[in-house]
Amino acid sequence: MSSVAPAINTGARPRFAVLRFPGSNCDQDAYFTVKDVLGCPVDYVWHQETSLAGFDVVLVPGGFSYGDYLRTGAVARFAPIMDAAIAHAENGGLVIGICNGFQILCEAGLLPGALVRNRDCKFLCKYVGLRVENNTTPFTTEYSAGQIIQIPIAHGEGCYVCDEATEAELQASGRILFRYVDGDGNPTLEGNPNGSQSNIAGIANAKFNVMGMMPHPERASEKILGTADGRAIFESIVKHAMKTLA
Amino acid sequence: MIDPKMVQEMGLNEREYQQILDTLKREPTVTELGMFSVMWSEHCGYKYSRPVLSLFKNYKAAQESGALENAGVIPLDDQFGIVFKVESHNHPSAVEPFQGAATGVGGILRDIFTMGARPIANLNSLRFGPLDEPRNRYLFEHVVAGISHYGNCVGVPTVAGEIYFNPCYSGNPLVNAMSVGVVDLDKIASAAASGVGNPVIYVGSSTGKDGIHGATFASVELGPDSESKRPNVQMGDPFLEKLLIEATLEALASGHVVGIQDMGAAGLTCSTSETAAKASTGMEIDVRKVPLREADMTAYEIMLSESQERMLCIAKAGTEQAVIDIFKKWELNAAVVGFVTDDGLVRIKDNGVVVAEIPAKALTNECPTYYLETEEPAYIAQVQAFDLASLPEPEDYGDVLLSLLDCPSIASKGWVTDQYDSMVQTQTVHSPGADAAILRIRGSKKGIAVKLDGNGRYGYLDPFVGGQIAVVEAARNVACVGARPVAVTDNLNFANPEKPTGFWQFRRSVEGLASATEAFNTPVVSGNVSFYNETPDGPIFPTPTIGMLGVLDDVNRRCGAAFRPDGEGDQLVLLTAYDDPTGGLGGSEYLNLQHGEQAGKPPIVNLEQEVKLTELLVSCIGEGLFASCHDVSDGGLAVCLAEMAILSSEGALVLLNPADFVDTPSHSALLFGEAQGRVVVALRTEKQFTKLKEKAAVAGIKAAWIGTVGGDELRIAVGPEVLTVHPVAELARVSDQAIPRRMETRELTERA
Repeated sequence: MSSVAPAINTGARPRFAVLRFPGSNCDQDAYFTVKDVLGCPVDYVWHQETSLAGFDVVLVPGGFSYGDYLRTGAVARFAPIMDAAIAHAENGGLVIGICNGFQILCEAGLLPGALVRNRDCKFLCKYVGLRVENNTTPFTTEYSAGQIIQIPIAHGEGCYVCDEATEAELQASGRILFRYVDGDGNPTLEGNPNGSQSNIAGIANAKFNVMGMMPHPERASEKILGTADGRAIFESIVKHAMKTLA
Repeated sequence: MIDPKMVQEMGLNEREYQQILDTLKREPTVTELGMFSVMWSEHCGYKYSRPVLSLFKNYKAAQESGALENAGVIPLDDQFGIVFKVESHNHPSAVEPFQGAATGVGGILRDIFTMGARPIANLNSLRFGPLDEPRNRYLFEHVVAGISHYGNCVGVPTVAGEIYFNPCYSGNPLVNAMSVGVVDLDKIASAAASGVGNPVIYVGSSTGKDGIHGATFASVELGPDSESKRPNVQMGDPFLEKLLIEATLEALASGHVVGIQDMGAAGLTCSTSETAAKASTGMEIDVRKVPLREADMTAYEIMLSESQERMLCIAKAGTEQAVIDIFKKWELNAAVVGFVTDDGLVRIKDNGVVVAEIPAKALTNECPTYYLETEEPAYIAQVQAFDLASLPEPEDYGDVLLSLLDCPSIASKGWVTDQYDSMVQTQTVHSPGADAAILRIRGSKKGIAVKLDGNGRYGYLDPFVGGQIAVVEAARNVACVGARPVAVTDNLNFANPEKPTGFWQFRRSVEGLASATEAFNTPVVSGNVSFYNETPDGPIFPTPTIGMLGVLDDVNRRCGAAFRPDGEGDQLVLLTAYDDPTGGLGGSEYLNLQHGEQAGKPPIVNLEQEVKLTELLVSCIGEGLFASCHDVSDGGLAVCLAEMAILSSEGALVLLNPADFVDTPSHSALLFGEAQGRVVVALRTEKQFTKLKEKAAVAGIKAAWIGTVGGDELRIAVGPEVLTVHPVAELARVSDQAIPRRMETRELTERA
């Protein structure tokens, strides 16, 4: 909402690109969060575009790209814009994928592992507890280490899986950013809404400039929506980008 | 060529066929007969319900002025209007629950965005038979899955709903889907085919052989051969619908479109004839220009197909390519199939050869209207004579409370609502357990509250009072969150109107609805009638469901039903707008569960006091007086308090003073009676209570102190007598597990 004061008011604001695929449906939520809550410049970028020049942050939003009829994200990764997104990441630019965006980034090979059907084979929309596993990345500096936050999930295929070696590598290098936790803050079976391996909810790539997560921080950035616990992710991104822009 | 059997099979009677002959002055072609059949079905033509619907004053006015649109528009502020409508998909859901429910959502969404409005919220009202029958579990699971599948993918949050279980809905579930949209007041789209010579553009999904005669199917009773109607059920594609929403809104914003209508029931037949009739023009199309899934489709099949995700768009001459380009950008079909004419005829060609030529208004305005006989059913007097005073009191009130919370109609619907994306679009205001969903409107300070409500049991016992209660409860629900009730959409689910007893129920019910909506000054701006909800086992209860729109002048001034998390010490007050000497046990869930009776008279309704109660609630919440607010409905006061406690994990110590309840006939009526016009509120300070008492006194509403919030158990006592004591955690567990434990059985995925 325009009545919300921008989080940060000084310096050069990073410019966000919100990618739009046919079937994206959290694109507008992401757009308005960046524009109205963070006060940053933002544009939609259509899937058939081929350039992301001039953008500092690429946001791949949630939804059902191409209907997700084949496999979530499997078609979107072939969209012309994805080549530009991959190049953006290779050049060190920030990329964040939320929900379907996370699935697309995995399909595109920017992040390891895959997202499969939820354990109970049902779509789930609810608040979940998350623990911040690493608060030293460009996406998480505005959290304290081990902070417990509440952010909603809304997905049918959010069960994260990867091979053992990959998980060991993610774990050893601090690339697991968020885990699902129970009411006591522990990553237990009870706290795991979708059966994700080791309760993994969000990960980063080896260079820590690409991040994907199933929960929706853009739905948790204003108190009126229930919680603003997700806003620190965007604030971390802005802070990091402003440092690099300066 | 046309024989009487064919006429009969298409659901037309002899008199109607004669009217067709008189209109055309010749024998109709098969295509023409099919077009008359669907347009003159009750589903499309409202041939039985129309005279009764005239009881809704604004409906009558709209009908007379020809201004009926797909959905009504209510101004929110200077810039935005709210568009909303509810529609049923009962029959399709009875035979193919997943697709039936999914396409119900898709259909109602199209009614919203064809008006130029962006859909911002979906609601639904569902009825099933008891969950101990496998077939009912199958229908329940797959209807919910269908709604979840469609609504989630299309990116419109499902924000509220209601579900009841009753044997009368076994084999005939009710699936009513409501959608709400926001439109710029100066950009409302029209469904008229104006401008002779303007191109008619078909957009969206291609046409297949699905759903042929769906509207005719909806206009007969369900029977043993209903299973064979599965091919009449349409298939939905929410991904295409999402593209259609974005493309349609973009096309409307371009200014090139003069009229647009979705293709729902009766498909191309309905959209061509209705848009032409509305503009008093004519239309010519060639079915071979329509994008088809199968090339061998006949003109008859193309005209009657109910394939989903399609629209008919009338553009300004010369802009057709620009409009087509917009739809192509969204990877949708778009093809010019014809043009607007001035001869008042709908002319259908098949590769240049005329296969149908019918005056547009003969299909729409001149649909036969019937004034059906009514007869009060014999059961009414019998059930109303039931002697409530003869009932024994239960041995343990606490056990009754637990069994009510375990009753699927009352229990937590988390199993269902967790499957719906309720938050996408980030306009759903968080308000745990609130009696109505609250939405902020991007770009406005105002917010809206929406609720869908109806109680079939009251309608069964007394359709008139049942209709009134549906309205007053929906109004009370939006008022409990702080919103002023402003307008109504209704879904009238009834049995076979051609039976005088069925039509009596319908008429009495509409009379009740009309009286209540007039009292609240909430016009009925849109709606839907679903008849023939009847199986060989009998008719459903008369079940009108009411979609209520409320407006919050400041979305930050609102209230939820949960106790405050740290609300220890908050004062609990029961507001009673008027006394009900029956105690509200007639038709109550308690009476059904504890005594196995669906009998008595429903609770009494005092419309004048109900209006005052909603005004009081809106005023108090606007002043920030309430910490929580929840209306007393199914299961009575005890369930109301239990729900407030469960939502917050805070307990309460409730002490009912017998002097405040001298008119209540028994403890069971006090705890579980469903007397109307009552609301429980929590207040933070003594000063607020004083203020509330002053305001309530002016309105003639009783405000009785009934206890305090705090602790981890809910304890209810009347005077010195403790009636129920339960840890809140136990109440929550029972309520949360009621539906999952019934659904955790093996045959779920099997078709029973």
